[in-house]
Amino acid sequence: MAERRPKALSWQLVDGTVELQLHRAPCNEIGTTMLAELEQFVAALDELRDDAHAMIVYSGLDAGFCAGADLRELYAGMQEVSALERIDAVRAFLHRIHAVMNALDAWPHPTIAAVHGVCFGGGLELALVCDIIVADRMARFCFPELRLGLVPGFGGIPRLKRDIGNGVVRDLLLTGRSLNATRAHAVGLVGQLVSEGNALKVARTTAAQVGKFDRTTAAAAKEFIKPIPHAELQREIELFCELLARPAVEEALRKFVQSNEVQPYLP
Amino acid sequence: MRTQEQTLGEILQLAAEHFKVPREKLTPEDDFFEKLGIDSLQALELLTRLENHFHVELPDYEMQGVSDFRTLAQRIQERL
Repeated sequence: MAERRPKALSWQLVDGTVELQLHRAPCNEIGTTMLAELEQFVAALDELRDDAHAMIVYSGLDAGFCAGADLRELYAGMQEVSALERIDAVRAFLHRIHAVMNALDAWPHPTIAAVHGVCFGGGLELALVCDIIVADRMARFCFPELRLGLVPGFGGIPRLKRDIGNGVVRDLLLTGRSLNATRAHAVGLVGQLVSEGNALKVARTTAAQVGKFDRTTAAAAKEFIKPIPHAELQREIELFCELLARPAVEEALRKFVQSNEVQPYLP
Repeated sequence: MRTQEQTLGEILQLAAEHFKVPREKLTPEDDFFEKLGIDSLQALELLTRLENHFHVELPDYEMQGVSDFRTLAQRIQERL
């Protein structure tokens, strides 16, 4: 068993399954540290491919799977540079995270997100690159970006459109509301709904099951049924950058990150 | 169908069980953030617990600004 344990995540190969654990408090926010370590993980996946038949992504934190992008880091970074430079910096970040997401999406073996607690924004985008989402009944899914004047930027819209009906996509995006796991299962976002605390256990059982099949066939089937929407992903990056350039977004981010309320500012 | 008082009673019981506080310590007018010592993520846990129990969906934007059990019960009652 090989194990790595950097700051934000760790991974190990267990019985043919690559298990990626996220563990950056408070809730696996995706900022520069998480991104750098995800890039290291993706670089290591090539070496693991021949010995593995599946991958599980899960959180080691009670708070949940992932609360999304690190908005505090984003806002702080925006204050340090000019308006033009900040868009270039964000665009560069988005290209890096998209490269990670695309690599995970295209990994030839079946991938499973084991979700508990919050799975918001970038966290949902990470879950959406996986082939199967296993969620426990206390999980919640949300794209809150419009509440801050943005759209999801890590590939969320194209991948959500790939997986579920446009009516549900609109409900999620345009209201910014969160769905509980039961509802997410009913609309087809969650593949397997399990009792509280059992998402990882069921994900491991599922990984063992997919390991019984011929790997070449599984890889061919996956490539056939799960095309990566590259053109839309590129458009999403540009749309995110266009929206981020507006002063109203900076003001919404400021209110959010500077809020001392128990319920952070969200319109 | 449940009355709003029954809904309120069940909410208080569920909150007490979930956050492991004595039921008798909670009252309908309590600010649950303060009384339970919870943050916004834990409030979402409570929301999920309540949705699962009552078999309703309560959009979280309807929870924005709600901090006492009685108002929470009203919101849920509207969806039953």
